[in-house]
Amino acid sequence: MRRAFVVATAVAVAIVGASIGAAAPVARSVVLVTHDSFAISKSTKAAFETQSGLKLRILQNGDAGAALNRALLTAGRPEGDVFFGVDNNLLSRALGGKLFDAYTPAALTQVERAYDLDLSHHLVPIDHGAICLVYDRAWFAAHKLRPPYTFEDLLRPGYAKLTVVENPATSTPGLAFMLATIAHFGSGKAPWTYWSRIKRDVLVTNGWDEAYNAQFSGSSSHKGKRPIVVSYSSDPAAEVYFAGKPRTQAPVAVVRNTCFGQVELAGILRGAKNPDGARKLVDFLLSQRFQAGIPLTMFVYPVRGRTPLPAVFMRFSPPMSSPLTLSPATIGANRDAWISEWTDTVLR
Amino acid sequence: MLLKHKATGTLGRAALVAIPVAFLGLFFVYPLATIFRRGLGGSFPTDVLFDRGTLHIVWFTIWQATASTALTLAAGLPLAWATARVAFRGRGLVRALVVVPFVLPTVVVATAFLALLPESMQRGVVPILLAHVFFNVAVVVRVVGGYWARLDPSLWDAAATLGASPSRRFRELTLPALRPALAAASALTFLFCFTSFGVIVILGGPRFATLEVDIYDLATQTFDLRAAAALSLLQLAAVGAIVAVSSSLEARAGARLPLAVEQLAARRARDWERPALVATLAVAAVGFGLPLAALIERSFATANGAGLAFYRALGRDTPSLLVAPWRAVEYSLAYAAAATGIALVVGALAAAAFASQRGSRWLDTAVMLPLGASAVMLGYGFVIAFDTSPLDFRDAVWIVPVVQALVAAPFVVRILTPAMRGIDPRLREAAAVLGAPPARVRREIDLPLVLRPLGVAAGLAFAIALGEFGATVFLARSDRPTLPVAIFRFLERPGATNQGTAAALCVVLMAVTVLAVGIADRLTSRRGAF
Repeated sequence: MRRAFVVATAVAVAIVGASIGAAAPVARSVVLVTHDSFAISKSTKAAFETQSGLKLRILQNGDAGAALNRALLTAGRPEGDVFFGVDNNLLSRALGGKLFDAYTPAALTQVERAYDLDLSHHLVPIDHGAICLVYDRAWFAAHKLRPPYTFEDLLRPGYAKLTVVENPATSTPGLAFMLATIAHFGSGKAPWTYWSRIKRDVLVTNGWDEAYNAQFSGSSSHKGKRPIVVSYSSDPAAEVYFAGKPRTQAPVAVVRNTCFGQVELAGILRGAKNPDGARKLVDFLLSQRFQAGIPLTMFVYPVRGRTPLPAVFMRFSPPMSSPLTLSPATIGANRDAWISEWTDTVLR
Repeated sequence: MLLKHKATGTLGRAALVAIPVAFLGLFFVYPLATIFRRGLGGSFPTDVLFDRGTLHIVWFTIWQATASTALTLAAGLPLAWATARVAFRGRGLVRALVVVPFVLPTVVVATAFLALLPESMQRGVVPILLAHVFFNVAVVVRVVGGYWARLDPSLWDAAATLGASPSRRFRELTLPALRPALAAASALTFLFCFTSFGVIVILGGPRFATLEVDIYDLATQTFDLRAAAALSLLQLAAVGAIVAVSSSLEARAGARLPLAVEQLAARRARDWERPALVATLAVAAVGFGLPLAALIERSFATANGAGLAFYRALGRDTPSLLVAPWRAVEYSLAYAAAATGIALVVGALAAAAFASQRGSRWLDTAVMLPLGASAVMLGYGFVIAFDTSPLDFRDAVWIVPVVQALVAAPFVVRILTPAMRGIDPRLREAAAVLGAPPARVRREIDLPLVLRPLGVAAGLAFAIALGEFGATVFLARSDRPTLPVAIFRFLERPGATNQGTAAALCVVLMAVTVLAVGIADRLTSRRGAF
């Protein structure tokens, strides 16, 4: 038996040894640290690698909150060179953590001012999108009920138990929707009065994928019962694009008055091993090539002006002109208090 | 001569213990200590530990795990009996199939439950307990069944001849004989439910949380590392206490019955056994079959009717993943094979140490602790503990199998320890008296008797590594996803193609599991037959 152990140990050591060799860092590479929703096509990635002479490695470290917190934990000894995926809701936390070195890419002049949320340019905008109420068109047609148009519609008779929302403590869309109600009703008591009136009629889930894929009736999985959900403004385009067959109409539609704007930013991590490559990568994230690929990979919108949108977006999910917003500073100062107020109002 | 044997024995024992201790020290204690020190910064977190909310969560965590364990034992024992004691066609397949739920991502199973349960039952304690039973029946069937299969049936025959009724034989013979395996299976199930995450998040909704769920939210969303570290320590302490109690039960029950080679134990069903077998298999077919069938059905349900479109999509590049989806099979298999190797070495050495001396209970507890550690805190610990040379492992590929082996090794230990303790010492003594050197005793007495449990352990370790998600998702590089990680990435995106591809990957994961576990069983049970 001892011999078996010796053999097994030798095998394990060999595996470990071989993988240490394999894992030795490539001399010329740049590492992008980001969240799970980041996506890039093979050809776009190859374009960057040819043009810069650097190999691009991507680390996806969980959802937006988890990835940022992991970056904060490793501040000064970062796991990569560039971080992408700080949104307006987390901006103050990211800047407070002294995570980034300032850098102003030349292409920033092509970006609309409204998206340039950090004037010190430790973080620069890359994409934008919106979180809205989304509804199942077929359900409302079949039940001969007018689809919702505003927040207040959820209070009307006939709308009881139709809506799924995510918990703002555990979900980015959930947080954005709570902020949308505050932006709409004002920061006094009014949003909480609204929430206490709808709380018996909304189903709260911890995450977006349960809300959208399991509880919402309009998604392609067709598993849920509720026809209204808090989700992304690009869902109509995504549902058509991923339908697996040609469609002339999207199965879901967006309640445009309820949309809360989201901007995602990127920055160079303090202590980056390859600061020069990091600048090239940030430049690339703002280049026409990458910006044009954003809609059909990440299902959000490019921030660079005059970037053409794919037809499926133009037709089913055209960009939002003026969604609800709150300044990152306001969000940063009040986020935790608002989340506990929401928890006390809705879950207790 | 005798003296020399004794000397190598002590030295050998030290070597047995050294490898598991070094492994746990470097890859478990060190990263956790690093993150705890960062989180707590030297102050004792009395405020967090004695908060009303914490007490509430601790209470829920304990009672749901206790209830889940009891239900899982009740549901698993009949199936353990059927697969261990009765010879029927397809027994090997049932044994391998049982492991399937165990490796499926909790998100997938919880979502399948949502689809199957009536709306009034979708949220709360009932679906949580049902899902825990669904996942953990595998543990009872494999751990208890594996042991049961090797109990010498002549005692039962003797009891029957002397007129003991089946129920009396069960109470007075079977239950006491199975005690070590029952203790082991209960402990493992309890730990899994105690640290349950995905099931609670989805089937419990925002009003239910275990410690693990709360730690995750604190660490990744609120970024309150101090509270997260405090609750992690609490969780570890609770797990340590549970393990200490269960292993002392297990040791006290230490097999007094001689173990035999399996093939003797199982035979065709007779009189009352036949309806019992049919009923057991029928209940299992419905309980396991329905949720799994729902998943399989989804993988074929394309926009244009039943078809293979989602399977064809596995070979194509997609914006949802950095590599073509089928590559996840390759990475999963490679990681799981390496993890199984590591877990077998570490676990078998530790089990050999426990079997040969009873004083090493602290190590016994230590080996089990990774099951009770919060995956997210361990992941964070790895990220900050291994960031500087010579311990700069953050990019290393082997870190994934290492962390999977941490979770799998406790199972190896729990399966092998009762088996090794159960080897009749008289066999060894007889061999030694006849002049066999220790190495030969091990090779010709110990190895054949341990081979079958080693196969059970290897199969289960492989399955655990395949299904491990919490820590793997933290450490696997995005261009080398495992199957559960890839499934998760697709589930996170809208659209029929993404959801369908996730379902197809689930079916692939099931198939890979059945194959791997089946092969491990077959290899070891054939050779075990002498």
